[in-house]
Amino acid sequence: MNRTTFSPRSPTASLAPVRLPETASQTAGPYVHIGLAPKQAGFDIFENDFGPVLVSPETRGQRIAIEGRVFDGSGSLVRDVLVELWQANAHGKYAHPADLQNLPLDPSFRGWGRACANFDTGVFRFETIKPGRAAGAGGVPQAPHVCLVLFARGINLGLHTRLYFNDEVEANGRDPVLSGIEWAVRRQTLIAQRSERDGVPVYSLDIRLQDTPDGGRETVFFDI
Amino acid sequence: MSDLPTAAASRIHGDFAQRDTAAHPAAYTPEYKTSVLRSPRNALISTLNTVSERTGPVFRADELGPLDNDLILNFAKDGLPIGERIVVHGFVRDEFGRPVPNALVEVWQANAGGRYRHRNDKYIAPIDPNFGGCGRMLTDENGYYAYRTIKPGPYPWRNRINDWRPSHIHYSLNGDGWAQRLITQMYFEGDPLIAQCPIVKTIPGEEQVRGLIALQDTGNDIALDSRCYRFDITLRGRRMTWFEAARQGDKA
Repeated sequence: MNRTTFSPRSPTASLAPVRLPETASQTAGPYVHIGLAPKQAGFDIFENDFGPVLVSPETRGQRIAIEGRVFDGSGSLVRDVLVELWQANAHGKYAHPADLQNLPLDPSFRGWGRACANFDTGVFRFETIKPGRAAGAGGVPQAPHVCLVLFARGINLGLHTRLYFNDEVEANGRDPVLSGIEWAVRRQTLIAQRSERDGVPVYSLDIRLQDTPDGGRETVFFDI
Repeated sequence: MSDLPTAAASRIHGDFAQRDTAAHPAAYTPEYKTSVLRSPRNALISTLNTVSERTGPVFRADELGPLDNDLILNFAKDGLPIGERIVVHGFVRDEFGRPVPNALVEVWQANAGGRYRHRNDKYIAPIDPNFGGCGRMLTDENGYYAYRTIKPGPYPWRNRINDWRPSHIHYSLNGDGWAQRLITQMYFEGDPLIAQCPIVKTIPGEEQVRGLIALQDTGNDIALDSRCYRFDITLRGRRMTWFEAARQGDKA
């Protein structure tokens, strides 16, 4: 660069660092299943479908099921929602190179799954393992949680939320993301309730897109 | 693991730059009627990236089939599907211009007449027995992807009673981190329905709408076979981390 002509106030646009705008989001629409869950759309096409079962016989950790329903602002079930789940393994380690924690990987666990609400009952269901505790910001470990993202007709930008476990009271009380929610009363919308079916713990969570007439509170959604 | 991460590895593992939410549709967009009861009333709560958001699922090439990116052949039963043969290709980059390799790109669409192969689609236009309407692929080391399909037709939908979607192909992207997860739609250059569509109009800026329009790429047409469209996608990018040790708590 010729220092005699350089001016920090040069209007030359080419001096600006490159930053492209992110491609804009659009709704997934009512037929999202065709692309992301073709069997549910009503046909068979791929040899290997991505689905809601995250475990194989070799996976380490406690088997659990996660079940949920999504409600709109009238209290009606959202039956065409697609939900994806991302979580750490039983040790709290994510299967991705950007996880720099010194914790063991589980070669039998990717940590990702995809489920659709049943068109009749509105229930979506994952079969997975209870995640361990991963590091959090500010030196405090996070409570066990799974990340969820929701896509559906009427949702313009995928909605991010988290699911925590109601049998982790102490960890939840110290979780930096939960305690980052200023309105303590809203934190409860992220806590799934444990029950048991055929010896397997089932954690259930109802997600409300808006406050509903039955008194249900709107779920906390995050800009991650 | 030492407290200070080795620099080369950590620089590309930084937090994602904040999403410019003003460049995306708002949740509540009443001209697109379904959004009225499906949009949160509360503001989103912004959180610092943790390891949960900096990471994301990794997919392997051997999980996909050889015809998964060929929508002309991947559901053909006793002949070829009817319609305009096209190739769509482009690059997936992050906002800093870096290629996003190994991203899972999934697409789905209607057939040439605007009919979806979906149990809930009752539009009068017929199903094409040789067309499924979905495909998927992984980007290569340059962030490049390509697939072949039939150009979808426009179709009517019950928003206002005479609303028609422009021809479009739905896209789903799993990039390199959970924070990059994106679903969008691609439109076709020159389609007059784009300017009238309430779903397109949820996008606040003209520049962002232009970013969803695939351009005719005549130089890459295959003579006497297929036309070609070019569609590039930008995902959020990771900040560099020259000066930061791992955040406290990431040392666990």
